[in-house]
Amino acid sequence: MAKFDLNDSGVVVIVGSGAGGGTLGNELAQKGVKVVILEAGPRIENQDFINDEWDSFSQLAWSDMRTTSGSWRVAHDFPSVPAWIVKAVGGSTVHWAGASLRFDEHEFKIKSAYGGIPGANLIDWPITLAEMEPWYAKAEDKMGVTRTNGIPGLPGNNNFKVMEAGARKLGYKEVHTGRMAINSEPRDGRGSCQQIGFCFQGCKSGAKWSTLYTEIPKGEATGNLEVRPGSMVIKIEHDQSGKVTGVVYADASGAMQRQKARVVAVAGNSIESPRLLLNSASSMFPDGLANSSGQVGRNYMRHMTGSVYATFEKSVHMYRGTTMAGIIRDEARNDPKRGFVGGYEMETLSLGLPFMAAFLNPGAWGRSFTSAMEGYPRMAGMWLVGEDMPQETNRVTLDPKIKDKFGMPVASVHFDDHPNDVAMRDHAYKQGAAVYEAVGATVTYPTPPYPSTHNMGTNRMSEKPRDGVCNKFGQTHDIKNLFISDGSQFTSGAACNPTLTIVSLAIRQADHIAGAMQRKEI
Amino acid sequence: MREIDRRSKYDRRMFLKGAAATAPAVAIATSTGLGITDAWADDAKTLSPAQMKTLLKMARDIYPHDFLGDSYYITAVKPWDDKAAKDPALKALISDGVARLDQEANDRHKVPYVQVAWENDRVALLQKIEPSAFFQKIRGDLVVSLYNQKEVWPRFGYEGSSAEHGGYIKRGFADIDWLPKA
Repeated sequence: MAKFDLNDSGVVVIVGSGAGGGTLGNELAQKGVKVVILEAGPRIENQDFINDEWDSFSQLAWSDMRTTSGSWRVAHDFPSVPAWIVKAVGGSTVHWAGASLRFDEHEFKIKSAYGGIPGANLIDWPITLAEMEPWYAKAEDKMGVTRTNGIPGLPGNNNFKVMEAGARKLGYKEVHTGRMAINSEPRDGRGSCQQIGFCFQGCKSGAKWSTLYTEIPKGEATGNLEVRPGSMVIKIEHDQSGKVTGVVYADASGAMQRQKARVVAVAGNSIESPRLLLNSASSMFPDGLANSSGQVGRNYMRHMTGSVYATFEKSVHMYRGTTMAGIIRDEARNDPKRGFVGGYEMETLSLGLPFMAAFLNPGAWGRSFTSAMEGYPRMAGMWLVGEDMPQETNRVTLDPKIKDKFGMPVASVHFDDHPNDVAMRDHAYKQGAAVYEAVGATVTYPTPPYPSTHNMGTNRMSEKPRDGVCNKFGQTHDIKNLFISDGSQFTSGAACNPTLTIVSLAIRQADHIAGAMQRKEI
Repeated sequence: MREIDRRSKYDRRMFLKGAAATAPAVAIATSTGLGITDAWADDAKTLSPAQMKTLLKMARDIYPHDFLGDSYYITAVKPWDDKAAKDPALKALISDGVARLDQEANDRHKVPYVQVAWENDRVALLQKIEPSAFFQKIRGDLVVSLYNQKEVWPRFGYEGSSAEHGGYIKRGFADIDWLPKA
């Protein structure tokens, strides 16, 4: 396993080890590039994951202080937990559900497709689906996505069967157990899904793709990748020419270290990534790094989300088996006749009893709530996830008062639903309830959004430097050896789960960075 | 379908004065055959027994599950005594909160909260104090301390950790048998 010197200015430093950072690190290492990944969290191997929601949350979740504002209900119910993401090696690929869908063509060009939407800050991506297709194909092969590369779909669990039966009755056509980066048969040295459930608590069997036990050990095996857990990057530094030169980070003991770098790639998720750029402000870049557009931290997207749970006369036991192996895709199309632009997916979802109590209707109490809880074994559930509108005012900023233990301002997340998001959610709640009522649901529960798992857009790609933070390769417009490598580079959020696109972009970016390094452009 | 055995292994769980702090009160109570008494509240060191009993009643009224005996709610409320011992602000919040709730009960019903006979009447009193920091603290803690008890889970038909049982691949992940043919 590689160990690089702090003064080695030839390394690529990657901040974060999740879908973006972990993939980029391995891809570069495979090409012979020396890489140091600095991961804020500890390294927890999959046998140590816990099948217990609150214990697992304590083990894995990013619980460092953050603040919130805005009209979204999360700011009221969970004011210091705007996002449910992971602080550990593997990042949020440890707790992600595995859903791996490609964007539709129109979702790369929302300005052209949707036109002017008041209050929304729309631009087209500087890349198209056609350009992305080969990279999507590489990502699907790497991750072993079911229903691609001849890999069979996962078997449907009880929760899926209920959703599927309802969907067929309503006439929905595209209904199946999803394109999932979870092995339906042994592949790539990992076994097949044991239907454990607890996908969100880290996959103990390793059937679900996570950079923790795929990309990272593969990269380490090349001798070109060093991962340093417990390393919280505080600041990115630059020289007088404006090129970045390295990062300052707090190591596992809390001591400050300076790692020199030839290239820095930021992949700390869409809340920490802009925070780091903003906290790296200098006299040359008083508004933060790569922020000449003023767009760093803006256009925060978290998907239109919601859930529908439904109670039936007889048992479902929705928690048994793969959490999200089930999807209805018919509403993912862009059909403004429904009263909103963009579309949404309906995906199976279950919570265990402890999280159901916390999230079914946060703050609720009394017999109406406990009656719902008593229906738990007879419940089926789905998650609604759709495209939300990028808005300049939905934004990650530095909290003016609260600092972390290293003295750096914490991230403050402001979010208001756009009217389009609200119209889409209302539609999705109705359709979700209809799916279950079609097969005999006695009650349905339109459940509000959880803390954000899909965080996107805060360092977005743009053709023109004035419209965004980075170009089509994630390279920042302002600083050529500074890259954005996570979901924060998304120009739009699309209806589907973001991880496959993050991984595809990371593979593509690795190609670009390695080429540019070889050509001595960076 | 494989259904969950909802019978509680803890139905006869009881609390004896003094025993709970150190030892298996459950075992002692079970072997002696004694019923639950108010003695559990006398173990409180920082909060008063009356305050503990009010918290128990509140817990039942906030999250009423008639199939759960008091023992589960007692498990959920007991930690406040320890927490109050370590945190004077919490002790004051609970003491003042209980006092206010009793005041509301006295004003309307001429008895303290625990003696208001009908749940609906007690819920109306809770609704009056719902915005208070006291109520929010109690409810916010309870939603975890009640529903996160492993002993509670089978009562709700939830099976908990599954990896050590090999997951559900051979234990009914797809055993639903009542759906119309898709």
